[in-house]
Amino acid sequence: MEEIANLFQGFSVALQPFNIMVMFVGIMLGVIIGVLPGLGGANGVAILLPLTFSMPPTSAIIMLSCIYWGALFGGAITSILFNIPGEPWSVATTFDGYPMAQQGKAGEALAAAFTSSFVGALFAVIMITLVAPLVASFALQFGPAEKFAVYFLAFCSFVGLSKEPPFKTIAAMMIGFALAAVGLDSITGQLRLTFGFTELLNGFDFLIAVIGLFGIGEILLTMEEGLSFRGGNAKINLRVVLQTWKRLPGYWVTSLRSCIIGCWMGITPAGATPASFMSYGIAKRVSKNGNNFGKGEIEGVIAPETAAHAAGTAALLPMLSLGVPGSPTAAVLLGGLLIWGLQPGPMLFTEQKEFVWGLIASMYLGNLVGLLVVLTCVPIFAAILRVPFSIIAPLILVLCAIGAYSVHSSTFDVMLMLVFGVVGYLLKKCNYPLAPLVLAIVLGDKAEEAFRQSLLGSQGSLGVFFSNTLVSTIMILGLIALFWSAIQKGYTRLRTAAA
Amino acid sequence: MATNSSHNAGPTHKAVEAGIAVLIALFGALVIIGSLKAGITWGAEGPRAGFVPFYIGIFIVAASAVNLWNGLRDENDGLFAEWGQLRRVMSVVVPTAIYVGSMPFIGLYVASIIFIGWFMRWLGKYSWLTVIAVAFGMPIVTYFIFERWFLVPLPKGPIEEWLGL
Amino acid sequence: MRRSVLCVGLTAIAALCASGIAASAAWEPVRPVEFIVPAGTGGGADQMARTIQGIVTKHNLMKQPMVVINKSGGAGGEGFLDLKTSPGNPHKIIITLSNLFTTPLATGIPFSWKDLTPVAMLALDEFVLWVNAEKPYNNVKDYVDAVKKAPAGSIKMGGTGSKQEDQIITVAIEKAVGTKFTYIPYKGGGEVAVQLVGNHIDSSVNNPIEAVAQWRGGKLRPLCVFDSKPMAYDEQVVNGKGWKDIPTCKSQGLDMEYLMLRGVFMSPKATKDQVEYYIDLFKKVRATPEWQDFMKSGAFNTTFLTGDDYAKWVEVEQKRHEVLMKEAGFLATGN
Repeated sequence: MEEIANLFQGFSVALQPFNIMVMFVGIMLGVIIGVLPGLGGANGVAILLPLTFSMPPTSAIIMLSCIYWGALFGGAITSILFNIPGEPWSVATTFDGYPMAQQGKAGEALAAAFTSSFVGALFAVIMITLVAPLVASFALQFGPAEKFAVYFLAFCSFVGLSKEPPFKTIAAMMIGFALAAVGLDSITGQLRLTFGFTELLNGFDFLIAVIGLFGIGEILLTMEEGLSFRGGNAKINLRVVLQTWKRLPGYWVTSLRSCIIGCWMGITPAGATPASFMSYGIAKRVSKNGNNFGKGEIEGVIAPETAAHAAGTAALLPMLSLGVPGSPTAAVLLGGLLIWGLQPGPMLFTEQKEFVWGLIASMYLGNLVGLLVVLTCVPIFAAILRVPFSIIAPLILVLCAIGAYSVHSSTFDVMLMLVFGVVGYLLKKCNYPLAPLVLAIVLGDKAEEAFRQSLLGSQGSLGVFFSNTLVSTIMILGLIALFWSAIQKGYTRLRTAAA
Repeated sequence: MATNSSHNAGPTHKAVEAGIAVLIALFGALVIIGSLKAGITWGAEGPRAGFVPFYIGIFIVAASAVNLWNGLRDENDGLFAEWGQLRRVMSVVVPTAIYVGSMPFIGLYVASIIFIGWFMRWLGKYSWLTVIAVAFGMPIVTYFIFERWFLVPLPKGPIEEWLGL
Repeated sequence: MRRSVLCVGLTAIAALCASGIAASAAWEPVRPVEFIVPAGTGGGADQMARTIQGIVTKHNLMKQPMVVINKSGGAGGEGFLDLKTSPGNPHKIIITLSNLFTTPLATGIPFSWKDLTPVAMLALDEFVLWVNAEKPYNNVKDYVDAVKKAPAGSIKMGGTGSKQEDQIITVAIEKAVGTKFTYIPYKGGGEVAVQLVGNHIDSSVNNPIEAVAQWRGGKLRPLCVFDSKPMAYDEQVVNGKGWKDIPTCKSQGLDMEYLMLRGVFMSPKATKDQVEYYIDLFKKVRATPEWQDFMKSGAFNTTFLTGDDYAKWVEVEQKRHEVLMKEAGFLATGN
């Protein structure tokens, strides 16, 4: 096969000593970027982009994509240790990762998260290697209606499974939607819900909300219970990695499902965030350990991490073959390609073979390098939890403040973060689920935008969401997911009636 | 509730729950007002800016009404938290608020040094040496990582200006 | 011997003094310069800013680092307000696109370009009318005929943002043709191009750089450029055709010209020295081969203006946008 030959040639490019060095540097930087809240992957790549101008394009893109991998890996660390997701797609990792850490299983959670990420990315890279052109044409079928259907599916597969009272779930989610709506309305270009405050122009950024609700809120809860972090008894040696690895093959169904969800979301391009939520939601529903989700179930770490990484990787494909970025980071990488004089798009695969296959080969190697780096660091990360609370808490608070500030370089956002922290503490104590709120902030405006773009195109007819097979299938899947528990109940009732 | 002994007295869960439901409903009302201002009708360019948020606001108010009703009906007479617990929570919230509020004036670095120092000395009772090491070490490391390495400028105050950083 | 050493020494000191005087006379940044982009990462303005940052770093054009910061909130209003509220801070510059005019008009944000100090126009971005290559429209006439025949509102025009340059052009085409499009706003130009390839919209007014890849891939077809003369780049892009071969819209009967400003402004109350420094910096940037490659890849119009000429140009454009936006009904309704 021609692809395989190309790939091997790519490996020979990626394996040049300089490029391997570049890979290590990229991964290290990426992990740091992923760990520090506020320095997201997109941010990090954008900041480092100009520094790569003096390198050959292939080395430069290897470095930047390795930063991207590193950031993807790094995002899981703070989610698991401190309940602070640095990136939207690590939010779902906190649901079970953080409880695991509190139970002293931080090492297991981290090892599972890193390994799943690797598996997801590997799956996506193999897919890119083998079926790239085919997949690109699939992505073209996604117009606004199809995109809305995907967001709808993401919401449906996630909502409906929280154990909290349904009306509290609705209230929480709607608060999220309302916050997402603040600022500029992208369809009419008009400001809304800002009440004349220029500080609200930007709307409510996901990161600020999540640092407050999850991170600060958690510190306040810990304060209430006394001055200690639970989970300090985590094992801090490398054997924990091997022990976790022994357990992972048992979850191959979840992994495979998450890989497929991730690749699909990455290509469409809806992105890694809906992928991680959707994967978590579906895993919770179909797993036999479903009731244990949210209490520190390892499967609840595997599912979102695998999907997020598969999506993050697959998102590079539409970028290369269509010139449309599947994620903010991909958007910056895309800018990089243009600056180096490489034209992403249908011709890139034929005109810039060495570059494209060098990049794809570096995806294999970069991920492997990344996995090795982060796995060896698992004991170090787990040991952070042993630092006494009264030292680590102020440091986390300062880092949170920096993270919130660097989103828009605005001190107003830092105050907002604290408000979100207090709100998060109160809501959590009163049994309001925070996850739907965050999901709505992340996807709310995108979903609304796709919804209204569709209605513009159809001139107001809702029929557009059932106008072709693709969009109807996704919508129906969404409806099934929404009413899953009702369907399940009905099914058991039917069976008992028949028996 | 009030019949409990004094050391574990505190606001009841019911009261807090009701208060939060009301606050959320007010937030929903605010969203509705804002949407009405932006226009909730179907304009020439399709749904107008307030179209979607308006219904979201309605949902928030309606859901809060149900939550309020459920909360008041609830038989649970437990405490939301004891005063002592709330005092501990406030011992973090208040200094953090001061920290955050002072940031625009004295910059992030100086505020962080004071905040970390206060936290470790007051709540952690560490020796001054440790306190100073961490309180100064962390902002300095931050300075190099963010400002020098990743070129992300953080808020600075008069002292940084004076030092020419 | 000794005398000559002394001489050399004296000359060196004199030279040092002279250079020292020269340096103290001309202003130079003493802290990192923030280069604000009033748009998201990955967009046209962002790409240009980061290219400049790369060029400045690579060629050591500035002693202090240049930091690119995206402030895209409120259609760029966030970035403009940030500059407006830091008068006299010479370490902040901003790259603008047409939202310099459109954002205050459409959203009512309290801001005007007069709040800032103009530095230089770096280039002008062209707009091209694109259709899907599978469609039977080979020239503007085919397209206009088809649009006229279709019921009003059934032809979908995609563009970047709402009440911004793309929609202004759309409205102008509507007026010229005498029909109504359905304008669908997207977040970025690349997305618009792909939506056009996927046939989810019928035409677009993408910038060259946003759609060139799809043109080369044979998926899109350019019909005309909204400029007074064809673009200057005659290298072949695809099938023996180059940017130069795209006719102007005016010559094809669509009377509309529109160019987007890619210019630089700085904080209010900047001194003459400070403005001079940045003008000089951008002159150096423009002389680099990297910049010229970048101009070529995006088929930019490379007009460079500074000082009064620049301010005058901006003034004229401001008036023109006020008229265009008013006619299109895009002005903010006091919210």
